[in-house]
Amino acid sequence: MTVQPRRAPAASVTDPVRLSGVGFGYANGPEVLRDINLNLPAGSFHFLTGPSGAGKSTLLKLITLIERPREGRLDVFGQDAGKASRREIPAFRRRMGLVFQDFRLLDHLSAADNVALPLRLAGAPARERDADVAEILRWVGLAEKAEARPPTLSGGEKQRLAIARAVVTRPSLIIADEPTGSVDAAMGERLMKLFQAMNKLGATVLIATHDETLAARVAARALRLEDGRLFEVAA
Amino acid sequence: MKRLATGRRAAILPHDGGGERLLATVVAVLCFLACLAAVTSLASNRAAHGWARALRAEATVQVRPRAGESEAEAAERAAEALAGVSGVEEAQALDRKASEALLRPWLGEAALADLPLPQLISVRLDADQPASAVSLRRALARAGLDATVDDHSLWRDEIERSAAMITVLALAAFLALAGAAGAAVAYAVRAGMAGQAAVIETLSLNGASDDRIAGLYQRRYALLAAAAGAAGATAAMAGVALLRGVGGGDGVTPALPFAWSDVWIVAPCPVLAAIVALAAARVAALARLRRRR
Repeated sequence: MTVQPRRAPAASVTDPVRLSGVGFGYANGPEVLRDINLNLPAGSFHFLTGPSGAGKSTLLKLITLIERPREGRLDVFGQDAGKASRREIPAFRRRMGLVFQDFRLLDHLSAADNVALPLRLAGAPARERDADVAEILRWVGLAEKAEARPPTLSGGEKQRLAIARAVVTRPSLIIADEPTGSVDAAMGERLMKLFQAMNKLGATVLIATHDETLAARVAARALRLEDGRLFEVAA
Repeated sequence: MKRLATGRRAAILPHDGGGERLLATVVAVLCFLACLAAVTSLASNRAAHGWARALRAEATVQVRPRAGESEAEAAERAAEALAGVSGVEEAQALDRKASEALLRPWLGEAALADLPLPQLISVRLDADQPASAVSLRRALARAGLDATVDDHSLWRDEIERSAAMITVLALAAFLALAGAAGAAVAYAVRAGMAGQAAVIETLSLNGASDDRIAGLYQRRYALLAAAAGAAGATAAMAGVALLRGVGGGDGVTPALPFAWSDVWIVAPCPVLAAIVALAAARVAALARLRRRR
């Protein structure tokens, strides 16, 4: 495996994610990301690897509009998202499925209600919502835990629940930060199959992981962040 | 797996049990006081209008006899002259005994015996179309009488001004209580949001707009205020019903003659409380959300 500096590739206007010369630093601190050029074409499957502190989570925060670029241009779903107003951001996020390292589940809701959350916020009818939630819970192996509250679930179960919530709306862009970090190998494979299935249905997938071999096992393109710079990993 | 029923029972926002109970108590007490202010204003207004109406239906005339004429003769002539005026139902000269009875509460028994008293005529006017002081004076002048007419307008105006002042004060108290309820709700929303920052972040990342999140808080606190308003209004209704029942038509004191209709006048309180909470929660929630990144 070799790594090559990533140059700004030719991009289509329909790319769900496009970063051109993006730099970022927290507050007045040093640059965490430098001159990031990245296109995620529609329907692509990418892994983002790199050592701890390389900026993987920060890059995902930029793409999910939690943070704004300090410089450069960020396009999401063909729009200049770096300059999007607060009012416009929810519309971007409703087209994304986000999986966080710390799960971000709501402890006062049942597993089923956690999964249903994006559907409720999007105003999906209850009947449709119930069917989708039941199906996705079956898929991640949590059908029997539908009524359980997150504090009673294991780390792996929470992770599967977070993934179920991220994909239940069938988003066109799935962003996941270490989605297999808390599950065993077998469940990790199963969850990867879920991401692949969503990808086959047309979703663009970007997964941040410290597991360098995952990309090879799943046969996806890999990007590597080192010292705030992005490289493409040639298989 | 048993059939799912997502979101039908579970509120998206977690409950802050202790804080919400405390807020409900505060809002209920404020609503109770606002209801009492409204009912007290109504009752005092009713009393004032009753007194003013009674005063409007009466006039008092003081007659000074001509030379060679006795006070009683002058009074008799004045009563006759006034009886013929349109809007006068009855004019009656008061004898010394009746005049003393009027003064006794103010001066006491001892001073009355030697006191020279003016000759007074009590005039009962038509309550709906009372004769004016001017027409009474004209009739007395036509009869060649030197007399002073007091139609009680000075007292009547004072009472009506006092009633208007009580209404304004009650309205001010009502608005102040509504403002206090709104401030309590706004404070609770801010405290709730500070404690639920992670929940709000999760909602935002799952596509909830600021309006949607504020709407969740509005719904939560409007329902709470409506319930608290209902409790406060019910307590006020019970209190007013008790006073009306115990005190009868004149109330416990003639200054506050409660009516049975007053019991129902506070019925819109829960709706008003909910409206105040909706507005306060929206302002507080959006301000807090806008301070986030």
